[in-house]
Amino acid sequence: MVVDKQKIRKLADNLAESEVRGRSLWADARHRFLRNRAAMTGLVVLTLVVLFSIAGPWISPWNYEDIDWDVLEDVATLGRPSLENGHYFGTDDLGRDLYSRVIQGTQISLMVGLIGSLIAVVVGTLYGAIAGYLGGRIDGFMMRLVDILLAIPGMFVLILLMVMFGRSIVMIFIGIGLLSWLDMSRIIRGQTLSLKQKEFIEAAVATGVRPLTIVTRHIVPNVLGIVVVYATLLVPGMIMAESFISFLGLGVQEPQTSWGALINEGTKTLQHGMEWQLLFPLGFFVVTLLSFYFIGDGLRDALDPKDR
Amino acid sequence: MTRPDPLLSVRNLKVSFDIRRKGSLPWTRPRQLKAVDGVSFDLYPGETLGIVGESGCGKSTLARAVISMIPARGGSAVWLGDTDILQARPEKLRLIRRDVQMIFQDPLASLNPRMTIREIIAEPLITHHPKTPKHQVTERVRQVMDRVGLLPNQINRYPHEFSGGQCQRIGIARALILEPKLIICDEPVSALDVSIQAQVINLLMDLQKEMGLSLIFIAHDLSVVRHISTRIMVLYLGNVCEVSPARELYDRPLHPYTRALIASVPIPDPEKERHKQTELLEGDLPSPMDPPSGCVFRTRCPRAQPLCAEQKPRIGDSLDGHAVACHFPLD
Amino acid sequence: MALLEVSDLRVSFDTLDGRVDAVNGVSFSVEAGETLGIVGESGSGKSQTVFALMGLLAQNGTASGSIRYDGREILNLPEPEMNRIRAEQIAMIFQDPMTSLNPYLRVSRQLTEVLMHHKGMSQRDALDESIRMLDAVRIPEARNRVHLYPHEFSGGMRQRVMIAMALLCKPRLLIADEPTTALDVTVQAQIMDLLKDLQQEFGTAILLITHDLGVIAGSCRNMLVLYGGRVMEYGATDDLFYRPSHPYTRGLLHAIPRIDHDGAQLATIPGNPPNMLNPPPGCPFEPRCDFATERCRTQAPPLEAMNDGRLRACLRAPEELA
Repeated sequence: MVVDKQKIRKLADNLAESEVRGRSLWADARHRFLRNRAAMTGLVVLTLVVLFSIAGPWISPWNYEDIDWDVLEDVATLGRPSLENGHYFGTDDLGRDLYSRVIQGTQISLMVGLIGSLIAVVVGTLYGAIAGYLGGRIDGFMMRLVDILLAIPGMFVLILLMVMFGRSIVMIFIGIGLLSWLDMSRIIRGQTLSLKQKEFIEAAVATGVRPLTIVTRHIVPNVLGIVVVYATLLVPGMIMAESFISFLGLGVQEPQTSWGALINEGTKTLQHGMEWQLLFPLGFFVVTLLSFYFIGDGLRDALDPKDR
Repeated sequence: MTRPDPLLSVRNLKVSFDIRRKGSLPWTRPRQLKAVDGVSFDLYPGETLGIVGESGCGKSTLARAVISMIPARGGSAVWLGDTDILQARPEKLRLIRRDVQMIFQDPLASLNPRMTIREIIAEPLITHHPKTPKHQVTERVRQVMDRVGLLPNQINRYPHEFSGGQCQRIGIARALILEPKLIICDEPVSALDVSIQAQVINLLMDLQKEMGLSLIFIAHDLSVVRHISTRIMVLYLGNVCEVSPARELYDRPLHPYTRALIASVPIPDPEKERHKQTELLEGDLPSPMDPPSGCVFRTRCPRAQPLCAEQKPRIGDSLDGHAVACHFPLD
Repeated sequence: MALLEVSDLRVSFDTLDGRVDAVNGVSFSVEAGETLGIVGESGSGKSQTVFALMGLLAQNGTASGSIRYDGREILNLPEPEMNRIRAEQIAMIFQDPMTSLNPYLRVSRQLTEVLMHHKGMSQRDALDESIRMLDAVRIPEARNRVHLYPHEFSGGMRQRVMIAMALLCKPRLLIADEPTTALDVTVQAQIMDLLKDLQQEFGTAILLITHDLGVIAGSCRNMLVLYGGRVMEYGATDDLFYRPSHPYTRGLLHAIPRIDHDGAQLATIPGNPPNMLNPPPGCPFEPRCDFATERCRTQAPPLEAMNDGRLRACLRAPEELA
């Protein structure tokens, strides 16, 4: 009697539930993220900024390096933002179109942030996961190396690189890439150490899965959540580092520019009554950074719901 | 009495951990914590060896050292009469691990949360037979899922979508897929609800009968161990106190520690429990960093004599399979 | 009049995935000096019942019904008043002693502060009283050990310290939430023995929450069986153990391996505990019950009294369950 009932129910379940698709933790997280208003706003704003930096040049009659000789005689009045002469954001003190220059700066700054984070994510995750998983002397050696590199002030290294090899955007990428993965590798190592205690790692070891496979199959996917959160919070850091270097006058080379360089120029001309030259790049800078922070927070809440 | 050759033959196994005091210099000599101190046993095909003891007695360490997941400091563990697992080269060890699988205490923690049930259960199979065609892997996964009482159509789900009992079934399915000879069960039911425990115990016992598996069953719950085991080994501070056929251990414990352990188990029977003679063990477990001399149990033993402090009792051989390591055994 | 009287307690939570009714109309009472055992599996609502009792529900939880302590309604009492009751009348011990001990303070300070704050004792008197209490929970060399930090005690000793702390203000009701689950059997036996002695000495009523039927058998006169947030059966321990009238109680008793028996095959309760996000519409045990009928699927059984005074919630008559 009992058995029959179970069999029938099992059959019914089978019919009803055939083709059951599981809902992965990622899908769960996406669901939570999509319901987070602040994070979604951040994402929309960031998308708009990116679209602006890609599509913006098409609607501008001006190039970022050409000088508008007409406004040059009195940039403080003729160079104001206006739709008529096509300088939507006005011009800078040299008569160059600020709209086009902000676009150029946005492209460079976002690129610095994204490439820097990418290096941090790839190198830092693998380095940290391998050190943490192997443990023992290898871990000790790898982490002491990180400690030594961290002990050197990063900004100092960056400035030194700029001074020694000259100002170029490539050097910025190299410099930021060299430094950015250090913190990431430490975080990932810590996570790996606690993951290593988990029984599913032990289960994999017990069946004879090879160490490198364990790192790529079991450890990396499980630290990816933290990596993603940390990476979104890292991007603003990268952008700021680049901006600071450029603000010091060591970053990108003219006529190329970045947010930092633009803000630097803006502060210099503030006293001539050209406040737009500071406000437009600063506005983009602040809005983008805030978006990244909101997205990072949203991701953290979505990926680790227990924390709330 | 003729017995088949043992599947696994462990002799004088020792495991110790180096404990460094926090902040000590790297070249100072670490202190030794003897987690397992000279344990020997044989495991025969088709039997269940239960290992009981309280936390810190070294039962989990022992089980892991036997399959070389924790390095041993001495002794041997001979597999199928020819290979010492503790000395085996990595490739040979991989072959042995195909025949030895493990089930863990925390059902959810033993499954990778980012993998589907199919990937989890298939992992041993694709590790040891990487060339198996995909549809064959899926077919095999469905078979074992059905065998352990999971609906095969849940193959694409993720661990967090299952209850604790179901997760433990997934862990058992993963252990079964290679049709191993030995499964080491480390507290497989202690994290489960009472009504689920019985399901898992019955499943393990059925599988064992059907597939001729050997089990090493580690638990702190003596009632569960007694129910499932053929023989029981009682550990205290890394030492074997007593090895006995399961039935006999309860009826005729020889070691004072075994008797105290049995007396402490609450019986779900109000009448019996009310009139039970309980003989509480005094004091705490001594630190394994600094175990007592001689017999490790003597500091808490009601029958301890001066001899116990001087000489470590050896576990005797016995014909009926009931052996005890005690100078003054009960009887 | 009973010391504690809970009637029709309901607890629900607002979660991201919807409303969860964790406790659905639970009623019971505890007499002064008595021990009531509450048995239940995960999702049975036993922990939430206790949290509601102590006013410790999570932010997103709401409780309704009535909890009368010594004749006074204490459910949803304002925080300051609840604090006073928690300190002086109802104490609680947990599975993990570190939840109530501060790892950064010496045990002496933690114990004396309670006494100085709530009883207005002087530091010296409070220390003497603390040492007396540690002696009472049989901590050897209490006078020396009182100045140690919590982590310097072993697991069993830490549990004793927590019990000592809970008993400092001589509460009339002690709630013990799985007090021995994390402990070894020999230590468990020591602690249960200790609780029984202390109960006799101080006349404290104990609400013992556990999943271990053996522990209940040894120390409770009455017991309450919870499942899926509802009371399944409630009555004298002996009645429930020897003549269980509810399919769930019976199932539980048959499903545990016993050290004093040679059980052949263990009887099992099929299926899994209910998912409280999506509970069965009728009796919560219906999907796993061998005796379930069509009615059980749609209708939650009321809690009804039997001849011997126990309460049960089952639509089938006890005679039908054979």
